[in-house]
Amino acid sequence: MIRRIWAVFRKDVLIEFRTKDSLNAMLFFGVVVLVVFNFALESVRDTMREAVPGVLWVAFAFSGTLGLNRMFAAEKENRSLQGLLMVPIDRGVLYIGKMLAATLFMLITEAAVFVLSLVFFNLTVWREIPYLAIVFLIGTLGFTAVGTLLAAVAANTRMREVLLPLILFPVILPILVNAVEATGIILNSRDYAALRLPLTIMAVFTVVLATVSYLLFDYVLED
Amino acid sequence: MAERSRFDNTLGALLFIGMILALYMAFLQAPRERTMGDLQRIFYFHVPAGIAGLTALAVNFAASVAYLARKDRWWDSLALSAAELGVVFLAMVLVTGPIWAKPVWMVWWTWSPRLTSALVLWMLYVAYLLIRNYIPDPDRCAGISAVFGIVAFIDAPIVWFSIRWWRDIHPSPMLETGGLSPAMRPALWTCTAAFLLMLVYLLRRRLCLELARHDVEMLARRVQLPR
Amino acid sequence: MLEVRGLAKYFGRFTALRDFNVSVGRGEFVSLFGRNGAGKTTFLRVVAGLSRPSEGLVRIHAPGGETLTPQASRGLMGYLSHDTALYLDLTAVENLRFYAELHGLPHADSDLEARLALVGLAHWGHESVRNFSRGMQQRLAIARAFLHDPEVLLLDEPFTGLDQTGTEFLRTYLGEAHGRGKTCLMATHDVPLGYEMSDRLIVIEKGLVTLDVPKSALSLDRFQELYREVAKGS
Repeated sequence: MIRRIWAVFRKDVLIEFRTKDSLNAMLFFGVVVLVVFNFALESVRDTMREAVPGVLWVAFAFSGTLGLNRMFAAEKENRSLQGLLMVPIDRGVLYIGKMLAATLFMLITEAAVFVLSLVFFNLTVWREIPYLAIVFLIGTLGFTAVGTLLAAVAANTRMREVLLPLILFPVILPILVNAVEATGIILNSRDYAALRLPLTIMAVFTVVLATVSYLLFDYVLED
Repeated sequence: MAERSRFDNTLGALLFIGMILALYMAFLQAPRERTMGDLQRIFYFHVPAGIAGLTALAVNFAASVAYLARKDRWWDSLALSAAELGVVFLAMVLVTGPIWAKPVWMVWWTWSPRLTSALVLWMLYVAYLLIRNYIPDPDRCAGISAVFGIVAFIDAPIVWFSIRWWRDIHPSPMLETGGLSPAMRPALWTCTAAFLLMLVYLLRRRLCLELARHDVEMLARRVQLPR
Repeated sequence: MLEVRGLAKYFGRFTALRDFNVSVGRGEFVSLFGRNGAGKTTFLRVVAGLSRPSEGLVRIHAPGGETLTPQASRGLMGYLSHDTALYLDLTAVENLRFYAELHGLPHADSDLEARLALVGLAHWGHESVRNFSRGMQQRLAIARAFLHDPEVLLLDEPFTGLDQTGTEFLRTYLGEAHGRGKTCLMATHDVPLGYEMSDRLIVIEKGLVTLDVPKSALSLDRFQELYREVAKGS
């Protein structure tokens, strides 16, 4: 099972690193969001620091959605999904492999966007990094846990790319709310004990929805 | 088969009486609230609509699970009907809320957990209906929307808990702690019962319509292909 | 080997298949004929488990005779269609390795290159599939689809895009598989070719089986005549 998950993961990563289609788009879009928010929040520049967590997670979520939309691109071209579906494996394997690949792409994007945001918003972080890394990791896992399933749902519809954000954002709201909250705690109050609550909710969300998605993935896969 | 039964007619008559009774209880029988005045009477519609809406979503969840287990389109039709009604009742909650809130809290809207959750819940099921709208093949549509229905329903409590620790100005504990004046209870229960009856009645009518649609679909197939 | 009973597939108001009853014995080679949109592809996809039937059932039996679960029966089948199902940004070897890993087959470079040599792509293993011609892609698709040496070969217009040598190769390949007792279901437009390769002929018209005969019952000329009539009459 793990060998097969690894095979799916490696295949997606290999294709992405070779073409860099999604990563380029995700990175650039992340930067665009940062810049746009810089203008949008012009009037509250003095308190910008408080807005940074929200801006960051909006950038992550938007560029992540872009990546999720491309998730089944390789499978749609030449209808490779047909070949995949014929393999006698538990389809949850495909779910986990794809979810992990999407997580990796998002984390790469997040790292780059975060570093840029330090420059744009004049932040200095150093000791906070491990905490941020945990929040980013759990938040991203929660995002892709649902995102992978819903990307497959959207791929089945006539609207595809347009539909995904509409159905994804209401569902991942708990992740966004808590990730913003947690990031805010780290960047602004540094009261690390207060991190426990948002992190717990994010972890519960991730575990519950990943399990549900794993079980239901079979039903949304039709070529 | 899709036709209006005697049971539906009886139900309709009951609903009519129930609604009139509910109006009487809410506007005449229930006492005038001390600080909010008559305005508080919106409560007798706001809360029952919420209860009916949540019930409809629970029906959608159960029907979605049943569809995936049985692959019978009947369950899918029930899920669709329930989701539509859930959206309607939640919309009722979302509309009556601000009307009540403006004079009492001085704002139309606050981003308090209850309001935010209700709005997100409403959005989740609008998304459900959107998905259904964009999948042309009914069998595929049924399976995929069932998956989304399950995810949405499981997501809902997490949405609620995840924003709950924000300060809340909503009078939520009123019911739970028994803060509601006993004099108001009969009206609340009557209205709730009437709204639930309305839910059942509308659900049956909507399901009937959807089953009729199946019949049309089946007949169209036959017409298309003469033997 | 394969049993289809009361199968129907609807797409809303459109009927793709109905009253479909076919049972195919082990080692049979069945050719499916029919015009575009007659339901050949839908039938093969339902058998493959890629598409769920609206009514009826599809049963796959193991060579021993026992009925298999959907997941296990997928492993018994290989599906080759005009869509190659290849990843264009991977090399030929990488494509095969991916599937070999999923199937749990040996996937050392040498194993995979031997597979490639079989389909005449011996020196192309480390070339990106995007640079392959349509015919080469189809050859690789053959290697991919039948990597796990399936018992049942489902073929949907498999000759599409193949050149003369490619066609010859696939014919020999299928003939040899048939000789080894593999069951084949092939949908094709090429009547003479389909006739020649098969031992049973099925004509599908508007989702219904309109003709199902052993090849020995009809000469090629007679069959072509009949088929033309069926196609015209509808």
